[in-house]
Amino acid sequence: MKVLVPTQLRGYTGGAKEVDAAGATLADALVDLDRQFPGFRFRVIDEQDRVRPHILIFVGGERCEDIRTAIPAGAEVFIAGALSGG
Amino acid sequence: MTHQLYIATRKGIWIATSNDRKRWTLSEPTFLGTQCHHVVLDPRDRKTLLACSRQWHLGPTVFRSLDGGATWKEAATPPQFPKGDVRERAVDHVFWLSPGHASEPGVWYAGTSPKGLFRSLDHGVTWEPIDGFNNHPDQHKWVGSDKDQTPDGGKLHSIIVDAMDPKRLYLSMSGGGTFTSPDGGASWKPLNSGVAMDFAPPKTDGTEYEYGHDPHCMVQHPGHPDRFWQQNHCGFYRLDRPSETWARVGKNMPSEIGDIGFGVVPHPREVDTAWVFPMDGGGSWPRTPIGGKPAVYMTRDGGGSWQRCDEGFPKEQAWWTVKRQAMCADAGTPAGLYFGTTSGEVWGSTDEAQSFQCLFRHLPHVFAVTYGEPA
Repeated sequence: MKVLVPTQLRGYTGGAKEVDAAGATLADALVDLDRQFPGFRFRVIDEQDRVRPHILIFVGGERCEDIRTAIPAGAEVFIAGALSGG
Repeated sequence: MTHQLYIATRKGIWIATSNDRKRWTLSEPTFLGTQCHHVVLDPRDRKTLLACSRQWHLGPTVFRSLDGGATWKEAATPPQFPKGDVRERAVDHVFWLSPGHASEPGVWYAGTSPKGLFRSLDHGVTWEPIDGFNNHPDQHKWVGSDKDQTPDGGKLHSIIVDAMDPKRLYLSMSGGGTFTSPDGGASWKPLNSGVAMDFAPPKTDGTEYEYGHDPHCMVQHPGHPDRFWQQNHCGFYRLDRPSETWARVGKNMPSEIGDIGFGVVPHPREVDTAWVFPMDGGGSWPRTPIGGKPAVYMTRDGGGSWQRCDEGFPKEQAWWTVKRQAMCADAGTPAGLYFGTTSGEVWGSTDEAQSFQCLFRHLPHVFAVTYGEPA
Protein backbone atom coordinates (compact mmCIF):
# COMPACT_ATOMS: atom_id res chain seq x y z
CA MET A 1 0.00 0.00 0.00
CA LYS A 2 0.99 3.60 -0.36
CA VAL A 3 1.57 5.56 2.87
CA LEU A 4 1.61 9.35 2.82
CA VAL A 5 3.99 10.69 5.44
CA PRO A 6 3.58 14.12 7.11
CA THR A 7 6.52 16.50 7.47
CA GLN A 8 6.85 15.66 11.15
CA LEU A 9 7.79 12.07 10.32
CA ARG A 10 9.97 12.54 7.28
CA GLY A 11 13.09 12.52 9.43
CA TYR A 12 12.42 8.80 9.74
CA THR A 13 11.78 8.17 6.05
CA GLY A 14 14.86 9.92 4.76
CA GLY A 15 12.73 12.81 3.64
CA ALA A 16 10.30 10.69 1.63
CA LYS A 17 6.74 11.96 1.71
CA GLU A 18 5.38 8.76 0.26
CA VAL A 19 6.52 5.23 1.14
CA ASP A 20 5.29 1.69 0.63
CA ALA A 21 4.25 -0.67 3.38
CA ALA A 22 2.79 -4.15 3.57
CA GLY A 23 0.13 -5.54 5.87
CA ALA A 24 -3.47 -6.64 6.09
CA THR A 25 -4.25 -4.26 8.95
CA LEU A 26 -3.05 -0.86 10.09
CA ALA A 27 -1.20 -2.61 12.91
CA ASP A 28 0.64 -4.79 10.41
CA ALA A 29 1.47 -1.80 8.23
CA LEU A 30 2.89 0.09 11.22
CA VAL A 31 5.08 -2.88 12.09
CA ASP A 32 6.35 -2.92 8.53
CA LEU A 33 6.97 0.82 8.60
CA ASP A 34 8.90 0.45 11.85
CA ARG A 35 10.98 -2.32 10.29
CA GLN A 36 11.86 -0.05 7.39
CA PHE A 37 12.17 3.14 9.44
CA PRO A 38 13.14 2.30 13.04
CA GLY A 39 11.33 4.41 15.63
CA PHE A 40 8.49 5.38 13.27
CA ARG A 41 5.75 3.41 15.03
CA PHE A 42 6.31 4.73 18.56
CA ARG A 43 6.09 8.30 17.35
CA VAL A 44 2.60 7.58 16.00
CA ILE A 45 1.21 4.93 18.36
CA ASP A 46 1.69 4.83 22.12
CA GLU A 47 2.67 1.78 24.16
CA GLN A 48 -0.99 0.88 24.66
CA ASP A 49 -1.56 0.78 20.88
CA ARG A 50 -3.49 4.05 20.83
CA VAL A 51 -3.05 6.58 18.05
CA ARG A 52 -1.29 9.55 19.62
CA PRO A 53 -3.54 12.52 20.42
CA HIS A 54 -2.15 14.86 17.77
CA ILE A 55 -1.80 12.29 15.00
CA LEU A 56 -4.52 11.60 12.47
CA ILE A 57 -4.58 8.41 10.40
CA PHE A 58 -6.90 7.84 7.46
CA VAL A 59 -7.28 4.45 5.77
CA GLY A 60 -8.89 4.67 2.36
CA GLY A 61 -10.05 8.17 3.27
CA GLU A 62 -11.71 7.12 6.52
CA ARG A 63 -10.45 8.39 9.87
CA CYS A 64 -9.04 5.49 11.87
CA GLU A 65 -8.39 5.28 15.61
CA ASP A 66 -8.16 1.49 15.91
CA ILE A 67 -4.98 -0.05 14.59
CA ARG A 68 -6.79 -3.38 14.14
CA THR A 69 -8.58 -1.81 11.16
CA ALA A 70 -8.24 -3.85 7.97
CA ILE A 71 -6.71 -2.12 4.98
CA PRO A 72 -8.72 -2.81 1.82
CA ALA A 73 -6.85 -3.69 -1.33
CA GLY A 74 -5.69 -0.56 -3.10
CA ALA A 75 -6.38 1.73 -0.15
CA GLU A 76 -3.91 4.45 0.85
CA VAL A 77 -2.84 5.19 4.38
CA PHE A 78 -2.68 8.94 5.02
CA ILE A 79 -0.93 10.09 8.19
CA ALA A 80 -1.26 13.72 9.23
CA GLY A 81 -0.24 15.97 12.08
CA ALA A 82 -3.43 17.25 13.72
CA LEU A 83 -3.90 20.92 14.55
CA SER A 84 -1.53 21.40 17.42
CA GLY A 85 1.25 23.43 18.92
CA GLY A 86 1.76 27.16 18.77
CA MET B 1 38.80 24.29 29.75
CA THR B 2 35.61 24.38 27.72
CA HIS B 3 32.42 25.37 29.49
CA GLN B 4 29.03 24.56 28.04
CA LEU B 5 25.44 25.35 28.88
CA TYR B 6 22.83 22.97 27.55
CA ILE B 7 19.67 24.98 27.01
CA ALA B 8 16.47 22.98 26.58
CA THR B 9 13.45 24.96 25.46
CA ARG B 10 9.87 24.62 24.38
CA LYS B 11 11.06 24.67 20.78
CA GLY B 12 14.46 23.00 20.67
CA ILE B 13 17.94 22.82 22.12
CA TRP B 14 20.81 25.27 22.00
CA ILE B 15 24.34 24.76 23.31
CA ALA B 16 26.35 27.74 24.57
CA THR B 17 30.13 27.42 24.69
CA SER B 18 32.82 29.48 26.40
CA ASN B 19 36.47 29.18 27.26
CA ASP B 20 36.45 31.87 29.94
CA ARG B 21 32.81 31.89 31.20
CA LYS B 22 32.54 35.48 30.00
CA ARG B 23 32.26 35.31 26.21
CA TRP B 24 29.76 32.73 25.06
CA THR B 25 28.82 31.56 21.60
CA LEU B 26 25.47 29.97 20.83
CA SER B 27 24.99 26.98 18.56
CA GLU B 28 22.36 26.71 15.91
CA PRO B 29 19.20 25.02 17.19
CA THR B 30 18.78 21.27 17.38
CA PHE B 31 15.32 19.67 17.23
CA LEU B 32 13.81 23.02 16.27
CA GLY B 33 10.10 23.00 16.94
CA THR B 34 10.32 20.20 19.46
CA GLN B 35 9.67 20.45 23.21
CA CYS B 36 12.86 19.49 25.03
CA HIS B 37 12.64 19.35 28.80
CA HIS B 38 16.18 18.35 29.71
CA VAL B 39 19.65 17.97 28.19
CA VAL B 40 22.44 16.55 30.33
CA LEU B 41 26.13 15.86 29.71
CA ASP B 42 27.32 12.64 31.35
CA PRO B 43 29.77 13.80 34.03
CA ARG B 44 31.41 10.36 34.01
CA ASP B 45 32.69 10.35 30.43
CA ARG B 46 32.10 14.07 29.69
CA LYS B 47 31.15 12.96 26.21
CA THR B 48 27.65 11.47 26.16
CA LEU B 49 24.82 13.97 25.86
CA LEU B 50 21.27 12.81 26.46
CA ALA B 51 18.24 14.88 25.53
CA CYS B 52 14.56 14.17 25.96
CA SER B 53 12.18 15.50 23.38
CA ARG B 54 8.55 15.49 22.45
CA GLN B 55 7.55 16.91 19.12
CA TRP B 56 4.05 18.41 19.31
CA HIS B 57 2.51 15.63 17.28
CA LEU B 58 4.82 12.72 17.93
CA GLY B 59 5.51 10.64 20.95
CA PRO B 60 8.17 11.11 23.60
CA THR B 61 11.69 9.94 23.11
CA VAL B 62 15.32 10.29 24.14
CA PHE B 63 18.23 11.17 21.88
CA ARG B 64 21.94 10.63 22.42
CA SER B 65 24.91 12.46 20.99
CA LEU B 66 28.55 11.40 21.22
CA ASP B 67 29.98 14.34 19.30
CA GLY B 68 29.00 17.37 21.32
CA GLY B 69 25.56 17.69 19.83
CA ALA B 70 26.61 17.67 16.17
CA THR B 71 24.65 14.49 15.51
CA TRP B 72 22.00 12.67 17.52
CA LYS B 73 20.64 9.15 17.50
CA GLU B 74 17.26 8.20 18.90
CA ALA B 75 16.97 5.59 21.65
CA ALA B 76 16.17 2.17 20.24
CA THR B 77 13.66 1.70 23.05
CA PRO B 78 12.55 5.01 24.59
CA PRO B 79 11.01 5.06 28.08
CA GLN B 80 7.56 3.49 27.93
CA PHE B 81 5.19 1.67 30.24
CA PRO B 82 4.61 -2.01 29.48
CA LYS B 83 2.00 -2.79 26.89
CA GLY B 84 -1.11 -3.94 28.69
CA ASP B 85 -0.34 -1.85 31.77
CA VAL B 86 -3.37 -2.27 34.03
CA ARG B 87 -3.68 1.52 34.38
CA GLU B 88 -3.22 1.96 30.62
CA ARG B 89 -0.43 4.44 31.19
CA ALA B 90 1.49 5.85 28.25
CA VAL B 91 4.40 8.24 28.52
CA ASP B 92 3.39 11.70 27.33
CA HIS B 93 6.81 13.27 27.73
CA VAL B 94 10.13 12.47 29.29
CA PHE B 95 10.73 15.25 31.79
CA TRP B 96 13.92 14.48 33.67
CA LEU B 97 17.26 12.77 33.00
CA SER B 98 19.80 11.83 35.68
CA PRO B 99 23.13 10.05 35.17
CA GLY B 100 23.67 7.03 37.39
CA HIS B 101 26.36 6.57 40.02
CA ALA B 102 30.01 7.24 39.19
CA SER B 103 30.71 3.52 39.67
CA GLU B 104 28.03 2.55 37.13
CA PRO B 105 28.98 3.99 33.75
CA GLY B 106 26.23 3.78 31.21
CA VAL B 107 23.43 3.81 33.79
CA TRP B 108 20.87 6.61 33.45
CA TYR B 109 17.50 7.33 35.01
CA ALA B 110 14.52 9.10 33.46
CA GLY B 111 11.38 10.58 35.01
CA THR B 112 8.26 11.03 32.93
CA SER B 113 4.81 12.49 32.71
CA PRO B 114 2.59 10.76 33.69
CA LYS B 115 4.79 9.88 36.62
CA GLY B 116 7.04 6.97 35.87
CA LEU B 117 10.62 5.97 36.66
CA PHE B 118 12.82 4.36 34.02
CA ARG B 119 16.41 3.14 33.83
CA SER B 120 18.90 2.57 31.05
CA LEU B 121 21.92 0.32 31.48
CA ASP B 122 23.42 1.12 28.08
CA HIS B 123 24.02 4.87 27.93
CA GLY B 124 20.42 5.67 27.04
CA VAL B 125 20.02 3.35 24.05
CA THR B 126 17.33 1.19 25.67
CA TRP B 127 15.13 1.96 28.68
CA GLU B 128 13.23 -0.27 31.07
CA PRO B 129 10.51 0.69 33.56
CA ILE B 130 11.43 0.34 37.23
CA ASP B 131 8.55 -1.82 38.38
CA GLY B 132 9.39 -1.41 42.06
CA PHE B 133 8.23 2.16 41.76
CA ASN B 134 5.84 2.24 38.79
CA ASN B 135 3.91 -0.79 40.01
CA HIS B 136 4.26 -0.27 43.75
CA PRO B 137 0.89 -1.14 45.35
CA ASP B 138 0.61 2.40 46.73
CA GLN B 139 1.93 4.23 43.68
CA HIS B 140 -1.52 5.18 42.43
CA LYS B 141 -2.16 6.83 45.79
CA TRP B 142 1.23 8.59 45.77
CA VAL B 143 0.74 10.12 42.31
CA GLY B 144 -2.80 11.25 43.11
CA SER B 145 -5.69 12.18 40.87
CA ASP B 146 -6.00 14.60 37.98
CA LYS B 147 -6.18 17.41 40.54
CA ASP B 148 -2.74 16.55 41.87
CA GLN B 149 -0.83 17.22 38.65
CA THR B 150 0.96 20.18 37.15
CA PRO B 151 -0.95 21.87 34.29
CA ASP B 152 0.62 19.89 31.45
CA GLY B 153 0.70 16.64 33.38
CA GLY B 154 2.29 15.41 36.60
CA LYS B 155 6.05 15.21 36.74
CA LEU B 156 8.51 12.73 38.20
CA HIS B 157 11.72 14.67 38.69
CA SER B 158 14.80 15.23 40.85
CA ILE B 159 16.04 11.67 40.49
CA ILE B 160 19.13 11.39 42.68
CA VAL B 161 21.53 8.48 42.96
CA ASP B 162 23.24 8.85 46.33
CA ALA B 163 26.89 9.69 45.75
CA MET B 164 27.77 7.38 48.67
CA ASP B 165 25.61 4.42 47.66
CA PRO B 166 24.53 3.53 44.12
CA LYS B 167 21.56 1.58 45.46
CA ARG B 168 20.16 4.51 47.40
CA LEU B 169 17.79 6.48 45.18
CA TYR B 170 15.69 9.56 45.76
CA LEU B 171 12.99 11.13 43.62
CA SER B 172 10.30 13.76 43.83
CA MET B 173 6.93 14.12 42.19
CA SER B 174 4.72 17.11 41.47
CA GLY B 175 2.48 16.31 43.11
CA GLY B 176 3.07 13.31 45.26
CA GLY B 177 6.08 14.14 47.37
CA THR B 178 9.59 12.84 47.84
CA PHE B 179 10.47 9.15 48.11
CA THR B 180 13.60 7.11 48.70
CA SER B 181 14.70 3.58 47.91
CA PRO B 182 17.52 1.69 49.66
CA ASP B 183 17.75 -1.07 47.06
CA GLY B 184 18.07 0.38 43.61
CA GLY B 185 14.38 1.00 43.16
CA ALA B 186 12.90 -2.29 44.37
CA SER B 187 11.24 -0.76 47.43
CA TRP B 188 10.30 2.80 48.35
CA LYS B 189 9.10 4.89 51.24
CA PRO B 190 7.99 8.52 51.56
CA LEU B 191 10.44 11.16 52.81
CA ASN B 192 8.24 14.16 53.48
CA SER B 193 8.29 14.70 57.23
CA GLY B 194 8.45 18.39 58.08
CA VAL B 195 7.22 19.53 54.68
CA ALA B 196 4.12 21.72 54.58
CA MET B 197 1.07 20.87 52.52
CA ASP B 198 -0.95 24.06 52.65
CA PHE B 199 -3.33 22.87 49.94
CA ALA B 200 -4.80 20.19 52.21
CA PRO B 201 -6.54 20.58 55.57
CA PRO B 202 -4.64 19.49 58.68
CA LYS B 203 -5.23 15.83 59.45
CA THR B 204 -7.76 15.41 62.20
CA ASP B 205 -5.44 13.18 64.24
CA GLY B 206 -2.73 15.84 64.20
CA THR B 207 -0.22 13.75 62.30
CA GLU B 208 1.56 14.77 59.12
CA TYR B 209 0.62 13.68 55.64
CA GLU B 210 3.01 10.97 54.52
CA TYR B 211 2.78 11.88 50.84
CA GLY B 212 0.89 14.12 48.44
CA HIS B 213 3.27 17.07 48.78
CA ASP B 214 4.51 19.17 45.90
CA PRO B 215 8.31 19.29 45.79
CA HIS B 216 9.42 21.43 42.85
CA CYS B 217 13.10 20.55 42.93
CA MET B 218 15.38 18.54 45.21
CA VAL B 219 19.17 18.41 45.04
CA GLN B 220 21.97 16.64 46.88
CA HIS B 221 25.11 18.63 47.58
CA PRO B 222 27.81 17.39 45.18
CA GLY B 223 30.56 17.30 47.80
CA HIS B 224 28.58 16.77 51.01
CA PRO B 225 26.11 14.02 50.16
CA ASP B 226 24.27 14.16 53.48
CA ARG B 227 23.01 17.64 52.62
CA PHE B 228 19.81 17.98 50.61
CA TRP B 229 17.88 21.08 49.61
CA GLN B 230 14.29 21.16 48.45
CA GLN B 231 12.32 23.95 46.84
CA ASN B 232 8.70 23.05 47.39
CA HIS B 233 5.38 24.53 46.36
CA CYS B 234 5.04 25.23 50.08
CA GLY B 235 8.42 26.56 51.11
CA PHE B 236 12.14 25.96 50.99
CA TYR B 237 13.72 23.16 53.03
CA ARG B 238 16.99 21.57 54.14
CA LEU B 239 17.57 17.95 55.08
CA ASP B 240 20.70 16.57 56.72
CA ARG B 241 20.77 12.81 56.45
CA PRO B 242 20.36 10.43 58.16
CA SER B 243 17.59 12.66 59.51
CA GLU B 244 14.25 12.07 57.80
CA THR B 245 12.75 15.43 58.72
CA TRP B 246 13.04 18.49 56.52
CA ALA B 247 13.59 21.90 58.11
CA ARG B 248 11.85 24.88 56.52
CA VAL B 249 14.81 27.25 56.33
CA GLY B 250 12.86 29.36 53.85
CA LYS B 251 11.12 30.83 56.88
CA ASN B 252 14.28 32.89 57.30
CA MET B 253 13.71 34.64 53.98
CA PRO B 254 12.39 38.22 54.14
CA SER B 255 8.65 37.99 54.68
CA GLU B 256 7.92 40.25 51.69
CA ILE B 257 9.81 37.80 49.46
CA GLY B 258 8.67 34.47 50.85
CA ASP B 259 10.11 31.09 50.00
CA ILE B 260 8.21 29.97 46.91
CA GLY B 261 10.00 29.09 43.70
CA PHE B 262 11.01 26.25 41.42
CA GLY B 263 14.76 25.69 41.35
CA VAL B 264 17.55 25.37 43.91
CA VAL B 265 21.27 25.13 43.23
CA PRO B 266 23.89 24.05 45.77
CA HIS B 267 27.36 25.60 45.78
CA PRO B 268 29.84 23.17 44.18
CA ARG B 269 31.98 23.02 47.35
CA GLU B 270 30.50 24.94 50.29
CA VAL B 271 27.96 22.83 52.11
CA ASP B 272 26.00 25.73 53.57
CA THR B 273 25.77 27.82 50.40
CA ALA B 274 22.85 27.58 48.01
CA TRP B 275 20.90 29.78 45.60
CA VAL B 276 17.19 30.03 44.93
CA PHE B 277 15.03 32.25 42.76
CA PRO B 278 11.97 33.28 44.79
CA MET B 279 8.74 33.91 42.95
CA ASP B 280 5.34 35.28 43.79
CA GLY B 281 3.18 32.59 45.38
CA GLY B 282 0.43 34.91 46.55
CA GLY B 283 -3.01 35.65 45.13
CA SER B 284 -3.33 33.87 41.82
CA TRP B 285 0.18 32.44 42.12
CA PRO B 286 1.76 34.29 39.20
CA ARG B 287 5.13 32.67 39.87
CA THR B 288 6.94 35.78 38.68
CA PRO B 289 9.59 37.88 40.45
CA ILE B 290 8.08 39.63 43.43
CA GLY B 291 6.97 43.07 42.25
CA GLY B 292 8.50 42.45 38.84
CA LYS B 293 11.96 42.86 40.37
CA PRO B 294 14.03 39.71 39.77
CA ALA B 295 16.46 38.56 42.42
CA VAL B 296 18.41 35.46 43.30
CA TYR B 297 18.65 34.80 47.02
CA MET B 298 21.75 33.20 48.48
CA THR B 299 22.41 31.61 51.83
CA ARG B 300 25.90 30.96 53.12
CA ASP B 301 24.83 29.57 56.48
CA GLY B 302 22.61 26.66 55.65
CA GLY B 303 19.48 28.74 55.24
CA GLY B 304 19.82 30.69 58.47
CA SER B 305 20.02 33.98 56.60
CA TRP B 306 19.65 35.13 53.00
CA GLN B 307 21.29 37.75 50.81
CA ARG B 308 19.46 39.41 47.93
CA CYS B 309 21.47 39.23 44.69
CA ASP B 310 20.05 41.44 41.94
CA GLU B 311 23.00 43.32 40.46
CA GLY B 312 22.57 43.38 36.70
CA PHE B 313 18.90 42.42 36.65
CA PRO B 314 16.11 44.74 35.49
CA LYS B 315 14.99 46.95 38.37
CA GLU B 316 11.34 46.80 37.40
CA GLN B 317 8.80 45.29 34.99
CA ALA B 318 10.46 41.89 34.60
CA TRP B 319 7.85 39.16 34.88
CA TRP B 320 9.54 36.00 33.73
CA THR B 321 9.63 32.67 35.50
CA VAL B 322 12.63 30.43 36.15
CA LYS B 323 11.61 26.79 35.98
CA ARG B 324 12.88 23.92 38.11
CA GLN B 325 15.57 22.61 35.74
CA ALA B 326 16.56 26.05 34.55
CA MET B 327 19.15 26.97 37.22
CA CYS B 328 22.61 25.46 37.52
CA ALA B 329 26.12 26.16 38.76
CA ASP B 330 29.57 25.40 37.42
CA ALA B 331 32.49 24.23 39.56
CA GLY B 332 34.64 27.31 39.06
CA THR B 333 36.33 29.48 41.67
CA PRO B 334 34.42 31.60 42.27
CA ALA B 335 31.46 29.50 41.23
CA GLY B 336 29.35 30.49 38.27
CA LEU B 337 25.56 30.49 38.36
CA TYR B 338 23.31 30.35 35.31
CA PHE B 339 19.61 30.33 34.65
CA GLY B 340 17.12 30.56 31.82
CA THR B 341 13.73 32.23 31.77
CA THR B 342 10.33 31.60 30.29
CA SER B 343 10.88 34.73 28.19
CA GLY B 344 13.86 33.12 26.48
CA GLU B 345 16.75 34.80 28.23
CA VAL B 346 19.80 33.12 29.73
CA TRP B 347 21.58 34.91 32.55
CA GLY B 348 24.97 34.16 34.06
CA SER B 349 27.18 35.14 36.97
CA THR B 350 30.83 34.27 37.48
CA ASP B 351 31.09 35.76 40.95
CA GLU B 352 28.71 33.58 42.92
CA ALA B 353 25.64 35.70 42.11
CA GLN B 354 27.13 39.04 43.15
CA SER B 355 26.46 40.30 39.63
CA PHE B 356 24.66 38.96 36.57
CA GLN B 357 24.75 39.60 32.87
CA CYS B 358 22.30 38.51 30.22
CA LEU B 359 24.11 36.02 28.01
CA PHE B 360 21.37 35.41 25.45
CA ARG B 361 17.98 36.80 24.55
CA HIS B 362 15.22 35.86 22.15
CA LEU B 363 15.27 32.11 22.70
CA PRO B 364 12.02 30.18 23.19
CA HIS B 365 10.60 29.53 26.66
CA VAL B 366 13.47 27.90 28.57
CA PHE B 367 12.70 24.65 30.35
CA ALA B 368 16.23 23.70 31.47
CA VAL B 369 19.79 24.96 31.67
CA THR B 370 22.49 22.48 32.70
CA TYR B 371 26.24 22.92 32.85
CA GLY B 372 29.00 20.64 31.59
CA GLU B 373 32.70 20.53 30.86
CA PRO B 374 33.06 18.34 27.76
CA ALA B 375 36.27 16.34 27.38
